[in-house]
Amino acid sequence: MGPVGLKPAPVHAPRRLATTNDVVKLQRLMTHVLVRPLTAKSGMQTTWTDGRPMADVVGEFIKPNDRLTAFERLQLYNRMYWFRIIDAFYDDNPGLRALLGDKKFLKLCETYLAKYPSRSFTLRDLSSRLAAFIAEAPELTAPRTALALDVARFEWAQTLAFDGGSRPRVEAAEIARTRPTKLRLALQPYLTLLALNHPVDDYVLAVKHREALRDAASNTSETATRRARLKRITAPPRGRTYLAAHRLDNQLYYKRLGRPAFLILSALQEGRPLAAAVAAAGKRVRPEQVRAWFAHWMELGWFCRP
Amino acid sequence: MPANAFNGQTDYGIGIGLRVPHYRHILAEKPTVDWFEIISENFMVDGGRPLEVLDRIMEQYRVVQHGVSMYFGSADKVDRTHLKKLKALVKRTKTPWLSDHLCWGSVDGTYTHDLLPMPYTFASARRTAEKIRQVRDFLEVPICVENVSSYAEYHVSEMTEWEFLSEVVERADCGILLDVNNIYVSAQNHDFDPYAYINGVPHHRVGQMHVAGHTKFEKYILDTHDHPVLDPVWKLYAHATRLCGVTATLLEWDDKIPSFDEVHDEALKANEFIADAKQARKKK
Repeated sequence: MGPVGLKPAPVHAPRRLATTNDVVKLQRLMTHVLVRPLTAKSGMQTTWTDGRPMADVVGEFIKPNDRLTAFERLQLYNRMYWFRIIDAFYDDNPGLRALLGDKKFLKLCETYLAKYPSRSFTLRDLSSRLAAFIAEAPELTAPRTALALDVARFEWAQTLAFDGGSRPRVEAAEIARTRPTKLRLALQPYLTLLALNHPVDDYVLAVKHREALRDAASNTSETATRRARLKRITAPPRGRTYLAAHRLDNQLYYKRLGRPAFLILSALQEGRPLAAAVAAAGKRVRPEQVRAWFAHWMELGWFCRP
Repeated sequence: MPANAFNGQTDYGIGIGLRVPHYRHILAEKPTVDWFEIISENFMVDGGRPLEVLDRIMEQYRVVQHGVSMYFGSADKVDRTHLKKLKALVKRTKTPWLSDHLCWGSVDGTYTHDLLPMPYTFASARRTAEKIRQVRDFLEVPICVENVSSYAEYHVSEMTEWEFLSEVVERADCGILLDVNNIYVSAQNHDFDPYAYINGVPHHRVGQMHVAGHTKFEKYILDTHDHPVLDPVWKLYAHATRLCGVTATLLEWDDKIPSFDEVHDEALKANEFIADAKQARKKK
């Protein structure tokens, strides 16, 4: 199966570009070539999808010069494409990379992006379908698929918290004016609620801290003590973890939540009225506790109008 | 032309690209800089720190938007959602002109995030010019299109790159962001005379220029933006300035980014060539 979203490549490149359809054919064929994964030696694959030599396919539309063949010229673009998106993918998923190790992470990255090339004008969205892909292809992350899934969801939530939209906060007076059975509150678009099976927040933060130390070490003479500190970070054990990934004053934060608090926020996010959302937490939660939570969430500016 | 319809009748001087490693220095030290070029896509977001930084920069400096994903040459129709986001940013920055590349990079809604060379045909020029007009009419801001560096050429091309660029900008009635480093890189990769390129474009349409560093390999040159500007590129810049007049100029430095001062000092080297060009024009 080819890249999702990209229509099949034409068998041959158009000989002329008389119509828009000709241009589409040329661009589609070239895009299929560029998004094709590189070989183990970071070269362009030598055989096309239908078994023809890649040099013949590329030679139909790219001119050689006196120094480079058509294959070599397009190989430059094929390499730059993969180097660029892999770089972006590495930057956005340091926790996943640390968890899987470089080799496995690269394989995941290539397989994911070969199937789901970018559908957005910005590289920021590159990992938007990663968690779903990990669930779809568990063999790429086995035996740590459940943990990898949590880390991928957490790292994508960080991206959303970094530059996601924000809407005017709902003020306390407005809440007080409306009956709880009627009042509906939305959560800020930059806030993501996560129900995870591992406490990956601490893990990812530890990885980022290590990366920062590593960057600092690369600028100084590395001592044995420092090297020791840069050693492997232990993967977190299983443990149900409820989190809100959000931002405050444009800094990222990860707030651990208890299950009842998570259920209330999830119910509000689903559009349930306040009274029903609070009921979702169960009868054991004391009203003063709920009031304290809401006061804190209001302070953080989490609520906006639906 | 110092100020023309294609750069919003401005005379902006020498700028540099606004890059993350310099944020802290710029916001704390407030160095004197004529203007900053921002990559539009980095700020086409819905909120958070990028927009906060941009607003703080705009309190002190003039900014001009430079895009990397409009893909005027892609066969796909213009994405209205993308345009709306871009227009919101245009309103925020009040950019006097907006630039993006004469290239393609997406098809069927799939993005390569690259600036891929165009096939230089009359039909492509017509379609591309139409798309530039559509974008300009929607955004209501002058547009300059930038020539890209390239490493490959198509069999179907019917003209030189500078003839294609001229054909597009005349049909679209838009400006040119003349990247002299890209001209040099492509000239080396495709064996043409970079001076013939500069001589061959409509000089009155040049609204901005770019200079940058590149990297030489045995059989080709890559446009890496990770070095100071090399001498042959400064010479081309001097030539272009003599022909086009003193134009808003920007140094691009995007990889292995040194200190702010080092980047700014490199950009200010353009002053030397600007002075020479002014002298030469006076003698005429």
